[in-house]
Amino acid sequence: MAKGFVAINVERCKGCGFCVEFCPTRVLTLSSAFNTKGYHPPNVMAAEKCSGCDLCGMYCPDFAIFGARYAR
Amino acid sequence: MSEQTLEIPCNIPADAVNPVEPFLRMDRMPHIWCPGCGIGTTVNCFTRALIDSHANLDKVAIVSGIGCTGRVAGYANLDSFHTTHGRAIPFATGLKLANPELQVVVYSGDGDLFAIGGNHFIHAARRNMDLKVICVNNLTYAMTGGQTAPTTPSKVISATNPYGVFEPAFNLVALAEAAGASYVARWTTFHVKQLSRSMEEVLRKKGFCFIEVISPCPTLYQRRNKMGDGLDTMKYYKQASKIRHGAPTAECDLTKSGEIVVGKFVDRDRPSYFEMLNSQMTETLGDRYAEPEVMCEQC
Amino acid sequence: MEDELAASITIQGAVWGGAKAFTVTSGPGFSLMMEHIGYAAMTETPCVFVDVQRGGPSTGLPTLPAQADMMQARWGSHGDYGIIALCPNSPQECFDLAITAFNLSEEFRVPVMLMLDECVGHMTEKVIIPDAAAIDVYPRRFTHLPPGEFRLFEPREDKVPDMVRAGDGYRFHVTGLTHDERGYPSMNVDTQRSSVTRLLEKLQPFTGERALSETADLEDAEVVVVSYGITSRVAQRAIDLARQKGVRAGKFRIISAWPFPEKHIAALAPKVKAMVVPELNLGQMVHEVERAAAGRCKVRLVPHAGGTVHNPEAILKAILEAAE
Repeated sequence: MAKGFVAINVERCKGCGFCVEFCPTRVLTLSSAFNTKGYHPPNVMAAEKCSGCDLCGMYCPDFAIFGARYAR
Repeated sequence: MSEQTLEIPCNIPADAVNPVEPFLRMDRMPHIWCPGCGIGTTVNCFTRALIDSHANLDKVAIVSGIGCTGRVAGYANLDSFHTTHGRAIPFATGLKLANPELQVVVYSGDGDLFAIGGNHFIHAARRNMDLKVICVNNLTYAMTGGQTAPTTPSKVISATNPYGVFEPAFNLVALAEAAGASYVARWTTFHVKQLSRSMEEVLRKKGFCFIEVISPCPTLYQRRNKMGDGLDTMKYYKQASKIRHGAPTAECDLTKSGEIVVGKFVDRDRPSYFEMLNSQMTETLGDRYAEPEVMCEQC
Repeated sequence: MEDELAASITIQGAVWGGAKAFTVTSGPGFSLMMEHIGYAAMTETPCVFVDVQRGGPSTGLPTLPAQADMMQARWGSHGDYGIIALCPNSPQECFDLAITAFNLSEEFRVPVMLMLDECVGHMTEKVIIPDAAAIDVYPRRFTHLPPGEFRLFEPREDKVPDMVRAGDGYRFHVTGLTHDERGYPSMNVDTQRSSVTRLLEKLQPFTGERALSETADLEDAEVVVVSYGITSRVAQRAIDLARQKGVRAGKFRIISAWPFPEKHIAALAPKVKAMVVPELNLGQMVHEVERAAAGRCKVRLVPHAGGTVHNPEAILKAILEAAE
């Protein structure tokens, strides 16, 4: 059971890849799909590894992703 | 969030909100910054600092000059001022003098703060005016096409130096320390946790505080210098940065592709502008001096 | 502050922080302030600029008089905008019109220029300072609407929007970019047209009923001397001399020079033979007089490049020639 989750706003993403690169538990990958602006947004490939640390949220220059821990 | 969200295999609580959103004017999104630009990353760090410092957001004002970073004020859901080129600091000085209970943050770029606005920077630091200056340094004039800035390192190719920059660049942290800043730190957009902590520290500190954030401009700086995209730049920051708290700022020059010394370099207590004003006037005038009451309900 | 660029925007920061603020300069310092006169006009920031005019261009004649910044006061910053400019001719009027300048800046939310010249600036005369309670103060037009309902640049009926102060919870945005009523940048043709048009239209009352002037001997005048600032005091001597010589000269002293009191000049023009315009420059406000007179009377400039005031004889000569 994952400790946290990431939420992704696909249309706001500009595909910079910061979140994918710097996720400490390698939860994310760049999707092969395009958003309507033609960028590849991130997708979750290992949801169970997400710690909800929100480092993706701190890196994302487009305010398109964030992470949080599940309430206990 | 009105936009479509990806089908992702996470169980996202219905009330989950990006923690940056309450700090932004969401009706102005999307912003104008390019893919891979680091300014948005610094904004995330700033919002985390505001959360962690428990600042009363009604009493935080943000002042920007002109340029890509100058647009931060327009996106921040605070009392915000987008001023003229280079003049964010004097505007902020007036705001602080008139309303000392405001936490006044100057958020602007290197070209704005250190070329056209350089004079104001050194004088505000000299006075130890109670301003928190955050400079997103992308080493170029980004909004206008990548011209050489006072921060552009030697040998870099720019729009105005197509055969390489030959002027020496300003070392911003050394300049800030020499001019009298109470707090001087430098981070890159890779150092989000440290940057956020530094921002929180300056929100709690009195006096003139300065944080330099080295940030990618993939569109105009990295591309022209064949340094890759924003992500490549972030990887370079990760690899080339050395955290050296308290390092002598004179040894912290930036080069085109060399080491980036980051950390907190200066954290000292000097009397603030208001303290110096009140102490001098009390010494000279004694009982005849009353601290200025510039806030007037009637005016 | 470190320079005029800083001073001219520091005052505006102070205004948005809730204070009243002004700055003072002369010559090149006034040139340096131009950018922020535009910023004050665009952001509708009420503030006062005092310019003690000296001879120019450039460093020119420090501490010697001129009136050659009049067009710069009106047009010095780029783009279309309006300002109010007042021209005192005595130390007492410097005091009185400084209050008026602040009041008008608050009422119309514009930068107001107090256009002195070196003579008025250095003049020593008796000044009566009334009790503070006797001074009329136009209060800042703070909105009564709560945050959320308030729009920063939504004008009231007089085309002037209400104001707020930083720190009061409105979370407002001010920009020098062309902006919509929320204050957000909106760089399109419609917003540009409506906002810039309003910046000019809100000052229309000053072309007529709100214009400030001092007149004398206009009822029977065949020649009217149109002057302002220190030159109006020299002109008074010339008017008196002309009357002694049997020429019916009258006085129209401009106090609010911008917006130009064109309706007053236009009404006067058909009733007189000529208007004589002495200025400590080589022709600035005379163009406005000519434009308002629109050929209905002669308009005659009495130029002076500055450094001293006119000799009254020069103005007298112009009056006598104009009366022929």
